[in-house]
Amino acid sequence: MNIQIKKFYYGDIPEENTGGTGNTEKSSGELSWPLWEVFIRSKQGLDHKHAGSLRAADAQMAVENARDVYTRRQEGVSIWVVESKHVHASNPDDAEMFYEPASDKIYRHPTFYDLPDELKHM
Amino acid sequence: MSVIDLEKAFQDKIDAEIKIEPKDWMPEAYRKTNLRQISQHAHSEIVGMLPEGNWISRAPSLKRKAILIAKVQDEAGHGLYLYSAAETLGTSRDQMVEDLNSGKAKYSSIFNYPTLTWADMGAVGWLVDGAAILNQVMLCRTSYGPYARAMVRICKEESFHQRQGFESLLVLSKGTQAQRDMCQDAINRWWWPSLMMFGPKDSESTNSDQSIKWKIKRKTNDELRQQFVDMIVEQVKLLGMTLPDPNLKWNEERKHYDFGEINWEEFWNVVKGNGPCNKQRLAARNKAHDEGAWVRAAALAYAEKRKNRLKTKAA
Amino acid sequence: MKNENLINGVLHIADTVLILGQRNAAWCAHGPILEQDIAITNITLDLIGQARNFYQYAALLINEADNKNETEDTLAFLRTERDFKNLLICELPNGDWAQTILRQFFFSSFQQLMYQEMIKSSDNQIAAIAAKSIKETNYHVKWSSEWVIRLGDGTDESNQRMKNAIEYLWQYTGEFFIAAEYEIIDVAALKNDWLEKVKSIFDEATLSIPENTFMQTGGKTGVHTEHLGFILPEMQSLQRNFPGAEW
Repeated sequence: MNIQIKKFYYGDIPEENTGGTGNTEKSSGELSWPLWEVFIRSKQGLDHKHAGSLRAADAQMAVENARDVYTRRQEGVSIWVVESKHVHASNPDDAEMFYEPASDKIYRHPTFYDLPDELKHM
Repeated sequence: MSVIDLEKAFQDKIDAEIKIEPKDWMPEAYRKTNLRQISQHAHSEIVGMLPEGNWISRAPSLKRKAILIAKVQDEAGHGLYLYSAAETLGTSRDQMVEDLNSGKAKYSSIFNYPTLTWADMGAVGWLVDGAAILNQVMLCRTSYGPYARAMVRICKEESFHQRQGFESLLVLSKGTQAQRDMCQDAINRWWWPSLMMFGPKDSESTNSDQSIKWKIKRKTNDELRQQFVDMIVEQVKLLGMTLPDPNLKWNEERKHYDFGEINWEEFWNVVKGNGPCNKQRLAARNKAHDEGAWVRAAALAYAEKRKNRLKTKAA
Repeated sequence: MKNENLINGVLHIADTVLILGQRNAAWCAHGPILEQDIAITNITLDLIGQARNFYQYAALLINEADNKNETEDTLAFLRTERDFKNLLICELPNGDWAQTILRQFFFSSFQQLMYQEMIKSSDNQIAAIAAKSIKETNYHVKWSSEWVIRLGDGTDESNQRMKNAIEYLWQYTGEFFIAAEYEIIDVAALKNDWLEKVKSIFDEATLSIPENTFMQTGGKTGVHTEHLGFILPEMQSLQRNFPGAEW
């Protein structure tokens, strides 16, 4: 089997497709609109959450496209967009050293502490 | 790690129901299979807009017009979600669109059938979307994270499509004789192509085994097709209509409905480009894309100008 | 007939937004890029929603005055070319993206001013529909203005296409401001604000307003271009072929 080991450091999208310095060229020679990641706040008081991605020529258009594409059913009250190429992500190869050292620090969790039932408001 | 170890670790993750994410190591064949399947799925949504878009201008009431437009627009959204998911595998949407427009990429053959009467809008919603939903519900649990997430979003929106289709046929089935005839005729024409949507029989499907092992698919073509038949046979009774298959009958032993043989010659002919509308569908996609080229270029040119102006101002 | 002017005024707006919606709907599945296909279809849905609200109100008024059984659908699907009172600009072909965008910009900018006045109407229904619709229209104005600027100041080709669109469409904008006898608001009074808006967007788009153009009229009194006679038979075909059927 032809195995290729690829490492991508920028977000969900392989870097050769994130729009580079703005645009990628396809085989016909036409330039593509850059790719944007869309984050939606579904209601006041909640965090913005990644909803998906889309293409837009500029930030203003990206916000409007996000409104038209991702909030057709009242899914949002606020939109963030960021060009995909600006998202920096951790590397899955680092997962062990990044995340596993936290697994034995159970004393960080409140349930670790056994306290008398009489103690209130804690 | 050696490639063999990587492959084993990969399969272990799949077996443990851990989703694969874009930057994780994956066998090249897994990447390619997903890319092919997701992009075909995206193309199907986009080409699927055409046969229904065909009736927007003639929808018989303002309410039906609004519903139909919203539905076709949803399909554009679904295509977009799926292209985004496919892009995480290393091919740009533009490249995929080029492959569709050049005829290199495939899409669901069902959309190469014509929509001849208004009742076809109901039949497409009920049968075609109904068949698609069975596949899509299964895919909500597919092993590739971005695909599964896109499918969850799509399934939420899609259930409206099937319901409006059935409801629209229900109104026809209670209408005048002419409307009832129109309804039955549409069911007759869309029934067999809907069964074909599940693809070749398991015994002839080449990609099936590996896809199931990798949990890209979780049910075989024949399993899904049977599920569809069992479901529709019950639903058609509510319409007071019939399905055009004399061999359709309950099999007590299997606890499923038996059904007649699909015309596989027709299936392969449509796949190969000889369906009633293959050429028109591709021509319509190419026309929209080509006529949009100057629009896309202008938007980029303007964005570039504005960026430079802001830079000059700042400097 | 009681309320005849009000009824005609409401029908005029209903016809106008329906016919523009019918035209814009042709972009659905044929847009220049997926995101914009979805965007213009949202506008189409807004317009058809507005049409339904106005037709429903017109039906109510007619049924009250004349003891009839009109519905939004009988009004949209069973009236003929000479009955339709839509603005001419709405029935013109879509042309290219430039022509569609420019028409949307001209019309939505006018509609925005119109709704701003209608909100103040003493007729509660009119005021309520206008209040709901103007939120949609504000977005249409924003979206189409940005596209006018983008295309005007984009490439040489897009600039030329915008100029062609202006050349073709400008003659149909005068009709906005010439009052019919049934007009709900004083449309003539909106002209200066509208011109100012167009001028400011055109300035940014490096485009200019044509001078001394003859203005086409007739839509408000049912004297249309030849295009409407193709739009209606297509749109109304099922209602005409199957009289009295429910859908």
